[in-house]
Amino acid sequence: MTPAPLPLVPPPAFRLGAFLWKLVLTPGAALSGTVAPALRAALGPHLPPAGVEAVLALLCFVAMSGFVTVTALVLTLAERKVAAFFQNRKGPNRVGPWGLLQPIADVVKLLQKEDTVPRAADRPVFLLAPFMAMAATYMVLAVLPFDRGLAVTDLDLGVLYITAVSGLGVLSILMAGWASANKYSLLGGLRSAAQIVSYELSPALVVLSVVLFSGTLSVQGIVERQAAGWNLWAMGPMGVVGMLIYLTAGTAEINRAPFDLPEAESELTAGYHTEYSGMRFSMFQLAEFMNMFVVAALTATLFLGGWQPLGPLAALHIPGYLWFFGKSGAMVFVIMWFRWTFPRVRVDQLMTLEWKILLPLSFLNLIGVALWTALGMK
Amino acid sequence: MSLINLTAYGYAGFFFLAGIAFVVGGLAAAWVLRPSNPNPTKLDNYECGEVPIGSAWVQFHVGYYLIALVFVLFEVEVAFLFPFAGAFRLWADPWGPMAAAGVFIGILALADAWAWRKGALEWL
Repeated sequence: MTPAPLPLVPPPAFRLGAFLWKLVLTPGAALSGTVAPALRAALGPHLPPAGVEAVLALLCFVAMSGFVTVTALVLTLAERKVAAFFQNRKGPNRVGPWGLLQPIADVVKLLQKEDTVPRAADRPVFLLAPFMAMAATYMVLAVLPFDRGLAVTDLDLGVLYITAVSGLGVLSILMAGWASANKYSLLGGLRSAAQIVSYELSPALVVLSVVLFSGTLSVQGIVERQAAGWNLWAMGPMGVVGMLIYLTAGTAEINRAPFDLPEAESELTAGYHTEYSGMRFSMFQLAEFMNMFVVAALTATLFLGGWQPLGPLAALHIPGYLWFFGKSGAMVFVIMWFRWTFPRVRVDQLMTLEWKILLPLSFLNLIGVALWTALGMK
Repeated sequence: MSLINLTAYGYAGFFFLAGIAFVVGGLAAAWVLRPSNPNPTKLDNYECGEVPIGSAWVQFHVGYYLIALVFVLFEVEVAFLFPFAGAFRLWADPWGPMAAAGVFIGILALADAWAWRKGALEWL
């Protein structure tokens, strides 16, 4: 008589871990392209098609607003903690454990600030500028691919759309700079506009080379094509050069150090948002933080495979949105790292870098990618 | 264009309004909480404590205009190159289209070289 085999019971700690892991996996699986069809099926019999889409759009708006708020809060704390890390100090550590509640305190403070509009200002334009800033940021966020099938919308002209609408942000800066009727604001706004406009060219050319290599303009399509290998190395040496150009020009496009001349506090006070206070000011700040995240996320999407896992690590079944946020977070860290590593450039150096170095380089890079693609097509 | 495509672009357009709605929400919350005690000094322009002299709306350097012009030249060029890049993998023989695009880029590179020599790219 053989004894019955003992039932295999994993230790409680392991079971807890497995349960938590399942929780992490579930939203990815549930959201990836299943929520929208399920909702469409559930609402379909009761509402006209336009009504169904309106409900879905509202849900997207609520979800995205939650995402924007949380990301902005995390980034403000991260910015200060990273700065502290590079300067060998502690950073915020009074409000909550490890300063975690600091962003909440900041929001409460900003909500209570008086909202002043200078007497000399061009009032309607002054009041409209923050709306324009957020609207431009939201339009880019609409096509960010968080996971397979998980984006507000997947346009077939996705990257062309991104190139187009990211240019809208400069309007808000010009509006704010002009309408404030402040000399600092005007100079900051104009400098900022010249800088953003210049630094839109080389990222556009790099995006063009990625499109050429991927053979699609859809953002999700570009991520799909990177299943075999991330563009960073799939495009050969041009991938590395392209990513460096994109990250450099992206940092300049969002007016961050070392390219933060429009907000150079020692010469222009606060640049285009000198006259803004309270919530209006924080809307600009929020848009800037989100733009930083967008640049990081697009670098990750175009060159680091977006939500695609890294080669053999696919066996771990880590959900795609964790890959996406991991890569974007790493890029955000690199952008913050720039700030504490490079001294601010002069305005003529800034223009020379774009027009005489990055722009010809990205043209050469585009030609290189075309040759690489043509040779690889056989 | 199919209906599905139009719906996708509808979402993109809706997100323009969504951004505005977000700011409305933030400002409405602040409107409930914030004080409002304007006084003449507070509503002056802030120039680090000095009383502002004259209007801020002055003439500024023509360099901004030149940069904007060269920008338009290149941005239009990039916009024209997007169809070429998007269709690149569809051609059986990529060398013909590549030569055509090379001529197109070459002409514009010539224009850029001229602008460079003219000093349009020198800042101020």
